[in-house]
Amino acid sequence: MAATTLTRSASTERVNPGRANPRRMTTRRATTWLLAITSIAIGLLMLLPIIWMVFTAFKPESDIVSAPPTLWPRELTLEHFVEVWDRIPFARLYVNTIVFAGSVTIISLLFDSMAAYALARLPFKGRAVVMVLILLLLMLPFQVTLIPLYDMLNGLGLTNTLPGLIIPRMTNAFGIFFLTQFFLSLPKDLEEAARVDGASEWRIYWGIIMPLSRPALLTLGLFHFQYNWNDLLWPLVMSSSVETSTLPAGLALFMGQHVVEYGLLMAGSLLAMLPVILFFLLIQRSFVAGIATTGLK
Amino acid sequence: MTTTAERPTVQLQPPKRRRPALRVSHRRSLTAWLFLTPTLLILIAFTVYPMVQALYLSFTDYNLIRAAEWVGLDNYTELLSDGAFWNAFGNTVLYALVVTPVTVVLALAFALMLNQAFLGRAFARTAIFLPFIVSLGIIAIAWAFLLDPNIGLISHWLSLVGIVPEQGWLSDPRYAMVAVMIVGVWKNVGFYMVIYLAGLQSIPVDMYEAARLDGAGVWQRFRNVTLPLLSNQTLLVSVLALIATLQAFDQIYVMTRGGPFFRTETLVMLVYREGFQELRFGYASAISFVLVVFVFILSMVQFGYLRRKRVTY
Repeated sequence: MAATTLTRSASTERVNPGRANPRRMTTRRATTWLLAITSIAIGLLMLLPIIWMVFTAFKPESDIVSAPPTLWPRELTLEHFVEVWDRIPFARLYVNTIVFAGSVTIISLLFDSMAAYALARLPFKGRAVVMVLILLLLMLPFQVTLIPLYDMLNGLGLTNTLPGLIIPRMTNAFGIFFLTQFFLSLPKDLEEAARVDGASEWRIYWGIIMPLSRPALLTLGLFHFQYNWNDLLWPLVMSSSVETSTLPAGLALFMGQHVVEYGLLMAGSLLAMLPVILFFLLIQRSFVAGIATTGLK
Repeated sequence: MTTTAERPTVQLQPPKRRRPALRVSHRRSLTAWLFLTPTLLILIAFTVYPMVQALYLSFTDYNLIRAAEWVGLDNYTELLSDGAFWNAFGNTVLYALVVTPVTVVLALAFALMLNQAFLGRAFARTAIFLPFIVSLGIIAIAWAFLLDPNIGLISHWLSLVGIVPEQGWLSDPRYAMVAVMIVGVWKNVGFYMVIYLAGLQSIPVDMYEAARLDGAGVWQRFRNVTLPLLSNQTLLVSVLALIATLQAFDQIYVMTRGGPFFRTETLVMLVYREGFQELRFGYASAISFVLVVFVFILSMVQFGYLRRKRVTY
């Protein structure tokens, strides 16, 4: 493909066969500066909602409601960060979210990797069927399961509870697919040697494959954690009150129920987003690399 | 990063091994099913069964209080004459057809820009990607605030240049959709930019050198080298963006609740309203199957792409 395009571009047009060197240098330096300024401006613009959120969280209520609004706080206060714990059941929401996102991540990593080990390493009858099932589940929007799931969990008395939120998410078709691909790329020598030595499949999975897969597990773990920490629709459907939901749904419900108090909401939002942002900044590189190569979730 | 990119993406068959001992393969088969048991139980109970159940419910008048009664195709015929459905359908299509191309073009532009080396590149990359990892439901509160007609910063800035919607951005029927679209683009553009950046880095530098020697200018190099070599990424990104936009919900729920006058009510919003506010489980299931058809077709395209990629790269 590349070769054909190149010849085509060469034969069709021929522009500027040689330019004065010093002029080109100046142009290039000017372009670099222009690029730097433009991209920093774009970056700041993209961060505007987050910057606005951070600054507002520290503004006193009188500053927030005074027109015209200013980005920079005229006065700094911590009152919203104190108040948020009483006005919204914020500690409760926080614990709920940590338990929900944390346990989904850990359990799902275990079950996903077990299934992926079987699919990548253990030849068995019916493998193709399982693989097709998982690909099929990847292609269907999860929203379609919301109503029957709610109905089922309601019948079991699990709505408005953490187990109700967690159980349906204990495994994930994307996770299985992702890890199967990764396991298939691992060399076989070590485990063949272990197998000859009589190691059980569980020992090979837990003692050889899992330690080798640390980068993939880390990336997938972040996917799971971030996805569930941020999710709005599922906890919204599953909980009828602020107390039993997670941070995104709880804040949205709180926003809908009261006269909007932005100072409080922004302080709450900032605290709610902090763990994910910190996690991301810590392992940004591997996370972005993982996302770029899979591009699925 | 490159090692994973070059790996074939879809392998349906494991390498065949010849092991004559039948008992060993039998035992291993049993082990495989044991490894799969927790996953399969959960997937079947909480994904497969609910999907089948949703299909069944879409042929009933179930509403949580009354037992389900078979009504045949009634829900689907009601859909066809339901103004609320066509409104949500139209809004979803409009949202998808505006947000997808805008996001893809912006993502490519950002990637091209940030593929150059200059001071501040790392900051810009992180800043553009950051919206992708934060909760859309939470950050939409800040967006709603920015657009508040009295105390919102963006509203204020826009009023300085003379743009003042009569009832505020989110309650004006003409502008509410624009607002949630902008937030939709803002949220995902960084993710697609990263996919494009990975693609750009896989283009060998000597191709540009060759093109330059042949006298190709910046535009020609972009048009005839970069763009064709990124066609895989463009297809992937477009399909991913379309699938995501068809499922738009979070920022709309927080910023407008589907209003004003249902102007921003998408299909998922309608499923939520009919299902969990009107409690019409049967009818809402029928609506959700319209979504299934669209997403499934697009996913098939994506899957086809993943298989094709194996040949091209």
